[in-house]
Amino acid sequence: MSQRGRAGGFLDLITRVLGRDEGSRGTAKQRLKLVLIHDRASLSPELLEALRADMMKVITVYMDIDSDGFKVEFERQDDAVALVANIPIVSVKRHA
Amino acid sequence: MGEAIVITSGKGGVGKTTTTANLGAALANMGHRVVLVDADIGLRNLDVVMGLENRIVYDLVDVVEGFAKLKPALIKDKRFDNLYLLPAAQTRDKNAVSPEQMRQLVADLKEEFDWVIIDCPAGIEQGFRNAVAGADRAVVVATPEVSSVRDADRIVGLLEAHDIVKPLLLVNRLRPAMVKRGEMMDIDDIIEILAIELLGVVPEDEGIVMSSNRGEPAVLSDRSKAGEAYRNIARRLAGEEVPVLAVAEDGLFTRLRRLMGWSG
Repeated sequence: MSQRGRAGGFLDLITRVLGRDEGSRGTAKQRLKLVLIHDRASLSPELLEALRADMMKVITVYMDIDSDGFKVEFERQDDAVALVANIPIVSVKRHA
Repeated sequence: MGEAIVITSGKGGVGKTTTTANLGAALANMGHRVVLVDADIGLRNLDVVMGLENRIVYDLVDVVEGFAKLKPALIKDKRFDNLYLLPAAQTRDKNAVSPEQMRQLVADLKEEFDWVIIDCPAGIEQGFRNAVAGADRAVVVATPEVSSVRDADRIVGLLEAHDIVKPLLLVNRLRPAMVKRGEMMDIDDIIEILAIELLGVVPEDEGIVMSSNRGEPAVLSDRSKAGEAYRNIARRLAGEEVPVLAVAEDGLFTRLRRLMGWSG
């Protein structure tokens, strides 16, 4: 149980009885963090394009890929935001 | 050579105009030469908050179009000889002014004043671009609500694109009792999310409504908690080291004392 000092003791008791120990503050913060990841990412398509180009440079050292089919996007699931890359492979290079 | 500060937020109704009026009055009260610029063209409001609505002859658009000279368009405050207002035009729209014209206007004002405080309109369109054009620094006003913090984040991103790289955060209308109950985001939450420097915190205060009813900035009242917070923020803006005080909850005793006329 959270410690809110003597003055908050009675309030704590009430919230405990009502089963609402976690206030809406945490929910607000969590939701904001997620929405901002998405906002900030979608702010600049240029950045995403730069990321795509850099990723391509690295990956083509190891394999041939279909550069037209190479997509990088942000996807939002229930409680997380993910960077999803779809990279069609044409052939993998043989290393000595 | 003065400094130009734009007061902005993205979201409307979070206290940009109140902040502009109070910081201006507080800086003037400290002896600085201050001019307030209402950049919300078409939705003029800073004049009524300052109680100067009856004195307007020319406005910002008159000045940039060359119809009026700068000095006659400036309205002198009732209370301070060193505080002036350049009102927005009420019957024009935001496209009546360009960012280049604003940059020139603000540069001219910086020659005459220590502080040029620009009240930015809500939104991120032309009005925003005009208001930030001539600014050296930006104060981003946000209330502890998800919609306001989200818009503030967007504004921080846009300010960076305008080369205002270190915006300062002003958290407005904080309700300590709600924070204590865990039902409102705290200062630390907002700083963590926005990742910008904190300039100050202003508590929710009925006195703000009363002071705008009267056209008297709250900083002029000893009894207003928000006024006290704005005085501290003005000192911080001017470079003084003033600690950000924990905003105390309004207990029964302090309310009683205020009711009976003793400053709380």
